[in-house]
Amino acid sequence: MDYPTLIAILDSTLRLATPLLLACLAGLYSERSGVVDIGLEGKMLMAAMASGVVAYLTGNVWAGVGAAIGASILFSMIHGLASITFRGNQLISGVALNFLASGLTVLIAQALFHQGGRTPALSGNARFSTITLPFEAEIRQVPILGPLYSDVLSGHSILVYVALLAVPVTWWVLYRTRFGLRLRAVGENPESVDTAGISVVGMRYGALVITGLLCGLAGAYMSTGLQAGFGREMIAGRGYIALAALIFANWHPWRALGATMLFGFLQALALRPDVLSNFGLSVPDAFLDALPYVLTVIVLAGVVGKPTPPKAGGQPYVKER
Amino acid sequence: MNNTTQSQTRRHSAASSSSQGAAKAPAIELRKICKSFGTVRANKDISIKVQPGTIHGIIGENGAGKSTLMSILYGFYKADSGEILINGRETIIPDSQAAIRAGIGMVFQHFKLVPNFSVVENVILGAEDGRLLRPSIAKARRELKRLAQEYEMDVDPDETVENLSVGHQQRVEILKALYRQADILILDEPTGVLTPAEADHLFRILDFLRAEGKTIILITHKLREIMEITDTVSVMRRGEMTATVTTSQTSPQALAELMVGREVLLNVEKTKAKPGAEILQIKDLRVWNDEKVERLKGIDLTIRSGEILGIAGVSGNGQTELLEVLGGYRTGRGTITVNGKTLDLSGRSDAQSRRHDGIAHVPEDRHHHGLILDFPAWENFIFGYHNAPEYQKNTVLMDNAGIVRATEEAMQRFDVRPPIPALAAKNFSGGNQQKIVLAREIERNPAVLLIGQPTRGVDIGAIEFIHKRIIELRDAGAAILLVSVELDEIRALSDRIAVMFDGEIMGERLPEDTDEKDLGLLMAGMRDRNRVADEETPNDYNDPRDDNDDDGADGGDAGGEGE
Repeated sequence: MDYPTLIAILDSTLRLATPLLLACLAGLYSERSGVVDIGLEGKMLMAAMASGVVAYLTGNVWAGVGAAIGASILFSMIHGLASITFRGNQLISGVALNFLASGLTVLIAQALFHQGGRTPALSGNARFSTITLPFEAEIRQVPILGPLYSDVLSGHSILVYVALLAVPVTWWVLYRTRFGLRLRAVGENPESVDTAGISVVGMRYGALVITGLLCGLAGAYMSTGLQAGFGREMIAGRGYIALAALIFANWHPWRALGATMLFGFLQALALRPDVLSNFGLSVPDAFLDALPYVLTVIVLAGVVGKPTPPKAGGQPYVKER
Repeated sequence: MNNTTQSQTRRHSAASSSSQGAAKAPAIELRKICKSFGTVRANKDISIKVQPGTIHGIIGENGAGKSTLMSILYGFYKADSGEILINGRETIIPDSQAAIRAGIGMVFQHFKLVPNFSVVENVILGAEDGRLLRPSIAKARRELKRLAQEYEMDVDPDETVENLSVGHQQRVEILKALYRQADILILDEPTGVLTPAEADHLFRILDFLRAEGKTIILITHKLREIMEITDTVSVMRRGEMTATVTTSQTSPQALAELMVGREVLLNVEKTKAKPGAEILQIKDLRVWNDEKVERLKGIDLTIRSGEILGIAGVSGNGQTELLEVLGGYRTGRGTITVNGKTLDLSGRSDAQSRRHDGIAHVPEDRHHHGLILDFPAWENFIFGYHNAPEYQKNTVLMDNAGIVRATEEAMQRFDVRPPIPALAAKNFSGGNQQKIVLAREIERNPAVLLIGQPTRGVDIGAIEFIHKRIIELRDAGAAILLVSVELDEIRALSDRIAVMFDGEIMGERLPEDTDEKDLGLLMAGMRDRNRVADEETPNDYNDPRDDNDDDGADGGDAGGEGE
């Protein structure tokens, strides 16, 4: 594999890892608060549909992003209502929302546009354009490192940079702010938070709002950044991959970056079957496509390392004496 | 400090402090507090006054309403009616935040700490000074240092809480309350998880706090603690406050009667053991835990028929592993024989085959290993013996009606209340749950009975009953291995006492030849009074209350000397 090929693969790694990273951080907030969120997939799907529809109708991509965030937070709040307020089973609520999203998105898109559940292709201001980072041309001249900056880092839509920025911000929020301290506490031992006079329910809803926000960005990026419009089931399991990455990352923001980049790299590799065949390896395309999912199964089966999830994850909080 | 006079006279100063306090408004006054859960009246017209600068005990059996009352005071529940006055002012406490603002701090029986947080993070949680943590943490560090010096509560602020001993974790809970500037401290069953030395240290801290003018409410079911540290004591029974008395003017016997509503036997009545043949022999038993750490380091024990061997020790020193390997659900190396038959320790045998070999087991943790809480009593009554022929109707079906009948009879014999076989195990009180387990295990006259923490979470009336049954089984010729963290219980029941520390037997004693101090040293890993083991030697063992600990003040669960 020559250097330009590697650069190209890394470039698509970054693009493909972005929705995973946003969704992974979304899940991090939710699960750190003690609410397991298997519904990342559904929220992303809703967000992708909402942004596809609104961006097309308004011709403004930012309106699309707003709609995506709104739709995603709405789903997040339904999850909260079921699992926090009514103390339902978090997994079932999440799965139900995934099913709901799967049908609802196609229904709405079909009802509006009659294109088989798709939204019309986006163009111009209805899509995110790419951003060229400063001094891109000058730095390109630097051997080896230059292309990393100019070709890999530079030239993506703004949401890619938002996702990257979200990593240190999340770390800072978790470990340097009062909100983060309480968030980590509520996922480990909600009683400690309750007896300190802080509302467990309030903390968890707060976390779910952030989850909705980040999932909204992830979904919006899918239909307005990575692709040009919404198509049925376009999330294609990325919500689950993000969950696997979250476990792989042991619920830590920096490791989430690493884990999602790994999954992104595998997806990028699947786009370039020629690379492996140049090595003399003949791998069926289907196998390459399946790689991220295979890794997901391996991670979820607990093969890689021993995860230490937030202790109170998955349990509705019931006040006891 | 301006409290020198008070601190000098703080011991047994109840009478003087209450006469001093009469001039001041009570730190806490509850007027006619009522609270019902559905049809259950947890608190009925509770009125109580606690003077500032005193330690007030609240004693009562499990379910008497102590915790409910304190939860109302801490804003966890809202009273149906009644008033709360703090320092003479009527105060409404809708939530814990309001209680904290009113200067109330609570140390729960089960600590409310975040295990993977540092001490300082736990202390500031909920009491941060702003949106960013850095200044709060710096301030808390300074404050912790000051409190540590003032009250002998040295805890490393950066240590992760889960790495701390239970006693230190409790200190963190107290520090949390003090950091929030609590003037009134409520402690719910604080000594349940502590070693005698840790409990002493806790009482010393409480003494300091009282001298500083803090008001302390101590909830407990241990009479000895009430007698030892409180100035005044209130007794609760079935949701009612039956009496409030000055501690120096009452006796454990009188309090026990007020608690239970009838006369109780505080001392275990037993005759001298008539040991027979050696039933259980353990030789060089070694056990590793799941992390491959050696937890039993060559245990040698024998128990004869008609004898109770008590294992004393701070929990977590290998007693659990010992019971598990004997009970058949942990593997180990070494030799264990029962009536001459060598048991398999490699994992090919299990708890059921142990029962075939005549070993019955009342596990330490009855909620996880003794019962299935959601299952009815009659199903719980046969677990482990469910393959016994008398429970089968034919080769396929079980004789459920017969099992229910047998359960009902056993429940009568063991005074399980209510005697309803269909009731789920979780709906019985701790004492009655334990009686169900006990009925299952001892009614088959096992050769060996393993019994762990027989009276943990069990109220005083039931303790008496359970102890009686254990002695009866002994007199019927069983070899009994008793593991308990309650030293009083060990001393009252055992015919021989072995002390475990860090997976080894530190020594064996006869109950009549030893005292709490001697056992306490062995429990701390000191093999001999003169020779100091190479383990850490906490200096807490210069027991400040040596002078008064053998003189019958230890009513509590049992009063030491059997004869």
